[in-house]
Amino acid sequence: MTVAAPALSSSSVRVGGWDATWLLWIAIIAVLLFLVVSPFVYLVVTSFTAEHTGGFTFSNYAVAWGRSRYVEALFNSLRLGAVSAGLAGLFAIPLAWGVSRTNMPGRGFVRMLVLATFITPPYTGAVAWILLAGPNAGWLNRFYMFVTSAEAGPFNIYSFTGLAVVIALYSFPYIFIFTTAALELVSSEMEDAANILGAGTWRTMRRVTLPLALPAILGGLIICFLEAIALFGAPAMIAIPARFNVVTTQLFQFFGNPVRVEVAAAYAMPLLGVTVLLIVMQRLIMRRRGFVALTGKGGERRPIRLGHWRWAMFGYAMFVAALSVFLPYLFLLQAAFAKAWGRGFALDNISFRNFHFVLFEHATAAKSVINSFLYAGASATAAVILTLGVAYIVTRRLVPFAGILGFLCIAPFVIPGVVLAIGFYAAYAPPPLALYGTALILILAFTTRFLPIGYVNASAALRSLNPEMEEAVRVLGGSRLTALRRVVGPLLKRSLLGAWLLIFIPATRELSSAIFLYGPNTKVASVMIFDMSEEGNFEYLAALALILQLLILPLLWIGQKALGRDFMLRRTAT
Amino acid sequence: MSKLALRNVSRRYGAVEAVADFSLDLVQGEFVSLLGPSGCGKTTTLRMIAGFMPPSTGTIEMDGQQISSASSVVPPERRRMSMIFQSYAIWPNMTVGENVGFGLQVRKLSRAEIDRRVDAILDVVQMRGLKARYPAELSGGQQQRVALARAIVVEPEVLLLDEPLSNLDANLREEMRFEIRRLHDRYRYTTVYVTHDQSEAMTTADLIAVMNHGKVEQLAPPEEIYSHPRSEFVARFIGGANILRGSALDEARVSVAGSTLRTTGRTLTAGKPVALSVRQHEIVLAAGKPQSGDNHLNAVVTRQVFLGSARDYTVALDDKTELRVTAPPGHNIAPGERVWLHLPAEQLRALAED
Repeated sequence: MTVAAPALSSSSVRVGGWDATWLLWIAIIAVLLFLVVSPFVYLVVTSFTAEHTGGFTFSNYAVAWGRSRYVEALFNSLRLGAVSAGLAGLFAIPLAWGVSRTNMPGRGFVRMLVLATFITPPYTGAVAWILLAGPNAGWLNRFYMFVTSAEAGPFNIYSFTGLAVVIALYSFPYIFIFTTAALELVSSEMEDAANILGAGTWRTMRRVTLPLALPAILGGLIICFLEAIALFGAPAMIAIPARFNVVTTQLFQFFGNPVRVEVAAAYAMPLLGVTVLLIVMQRLIMRRRGFVALTGKGGERRPIRLGHWRWAMFGYAMFVAALSVFLPYLFLLQAAFAKAWGRGFALDNISFRNFHFVLFEHATAAKSVINSFLYAGASATAAVILTLGVAYIVTRRLVPFAGILGFLCIAPFVIPGVVLAIGFYAAYAPPPLALYGTALILILAFTTRFLPIGYVNASAALRSLNPEMEEAVRVLGGSRLTALRRVVGPLLKRSLLGAWLLIFIPATRELSSAIFLYGPNTKVASVMIFDMSEEGNFEYLAALALILQLLILPLLWIGQKALGRDFMLRRTAT
Repeated sequence: MSKLALRNVSRRYGAVEAVADFSLDLVQGEFVSLLGPSGCGKTTTLRMIAGFMPPSTGTIEMDGQQISSASSVVPPERRRMSMIFQSYAIWPNMTVGENVGFGLQVRKLSRAEIDRRVDAILDVVQMRGLKARYPAELSGGQQQRVALARAIVVEPEVLLLDEPLSNLDANLREEMRFEIRRLHDRYRYTTVYVTHDQSEAMTTADLIAVMNHGKVEQLAPPEEIYSHPRSEFVARFIGGANILRGSALDEARVSVAGSTLRTTGRTLTAGKPVALSVRQHEIVLAAGKPQSGDNHLNAVVTRQVFLGSARDYTVALDDKTELRVTAPPGHNIAPGERVWLHLPAEQLRALAED
């Protein structure tokens, strides 16, 4: 018996390394140029372009930074970032320590609540907190007045503090993720070593555990800071009524009628600069002092016994969860099912009308939800395929300078959503492409925005795959494509599903890059919610926001089934 | 005509020369083992033969046709070779049957024919009953058998093995190396087997290439490698020989630590320094001065360990050279005592200069 072997012909000899992988490389680099480089270049070029003549000018910068209130907005942003990150640290670090290192009761429950916080878009949180802490009508104020019979309540969400608290409440999961990841690598043996040398629990924590986790905590704080200064929704809902501006809301005003994209581009530059600087700093901190990651095997970890203090820990966790989950969702539910939210919890105030209205009567609300899911699905698919290709080329070193491709995939991480949107607007809104208002420009922008998540996940998955799995295919007569189709693909299915969900879920609620790019027919749910908040329709808004949250649950369930309960709270998720 | 030929193959990584000027000629059905410590370039050589990387210089030929050179490489899938990997690389997403049938499927055989051949080869490796299992349900030895079956079922002309037994425990290792040889004898493909374990190479191969620092130190049949090591490295690496240093007195005699020893192995040049090798169990150890003074050395016992079936002595010559000697277990001499060593001339081999 003989097997017909593929011919050993000299025509199949490839010469000088020029083969199909090069074509793929060129195709991928073309796509990345289109998605990442070109919007960035347009952003910079536009900031130096005169609006009418198209000539070179510095006047955009003069306009953008010529007024003190424009400059003030930048300082507001920086202050907001610092205060929010600090508050988020106060929320997150004790929780992270309690959950990952102690015998605090209900650790799984607390993790679940952090996840619930994480999947709540900050603008939804902001709306809930307007219901809770609006001056006079807010529920916390009403409760205070009821208890103390005072004339007015002490809380006012429409303030700098109010905004900072709301942002901190919905960005603390980032610090939580970074800190738990680091703490879970600190082995009990390291702590035991301190104990046996005479250090008590608190000293051990202060001298050993915390210093080991410190780089990760700093990294998380920086991410929170950047999240706060890049956020659009919550500041627009709170800062504008409170009569102060931050960079993103100011950019929104430059984008109002008439659109002054040149000035906006010039105005966006410091935001971009700060972000790049801090990301570089974060990487340096995490690399140089990231010794936790170097210990490899974490070793055995025993929870630290807190005694009675474990209930105090649990109480604190419940306090944070009350602010970020329990109270907000309680009053969002109340508003969504109320005829008028101000009338409170009364049986005759309950109605399903709001849901019926947003789903069936409102002209664009239902369509906006469908749009959100369609665009998120398309961009998640595109981003996963693209980053998988790049990660494959990079990890297998198929071409020289493959690292450039990886860098381009990671680069959008440093571009805030609003800034990315301005770049896309500058690059693709004018002819010849004239993509403004099309679904395509939103999909492309979302794809670019979430490339880093896709790339981090795809390359992690590929690195876990032994190259011999593919070489075995090759040596048995299969081509590289066969290896990808029959072995790599099936083995990466789970991780790729995970990456897809990690992109899809945030993409369904993406607001900051959508707000500058949507058109009349391409409104997405996040923009719809934002519009409703401007109109003051909190009942409809609450209903729509809850529908959006509800639709995410099955996806979350699929992700947890396929990848484990905490798949959204891992480091690769951010 | 040679089946597989490597002609002056080298491979550089930056400034490091992983493989230097490697030449090898194999006829159809030969079994060669590339043997050496880790980092000696043996796996790199194997991967060049497989076509996973091009040589920096030199060429590789199969049936007289060039398949690898610095500028052009026939891709692995067109080489009519098979390979068994250190990690086995059994695809966890396919059953045993699917794993083994993969190569046949790629060759577009009919469903029925694939089934027939997969069943036949699974019989050969005694895995027929586990055809529908997934790899995660198999033991290490069973995975190894799947890897063997998968590589052999396509009837390769050349089979490459990359340290295939290093992940198995000692008993299984022994069993599998006879299995590898048995299958080779049955199908008569040409085999290149990479290992760092000398007993694996000794028991399986027709020809051993001992490699060190990217160079072939000696290429010869196992018996010759063992009995006539060409270099100090080969002598030490194969069977842990003792090395003695001295200077040649004439073409067969060497002065070592004040005594004169007759040697074999090669013709010496008087006055030149010479390295000699002698194996532990070939040295005869005696407490008293022997009758004839031929080929004897005086030494002091520095350490002895009872091993059950033998006694392992460490002795020091007067010039402080330490030798290991394997003596019968009943032969008990305390450390510190003087002993006489007899080194038979037939086993005392002069090694090649450098």
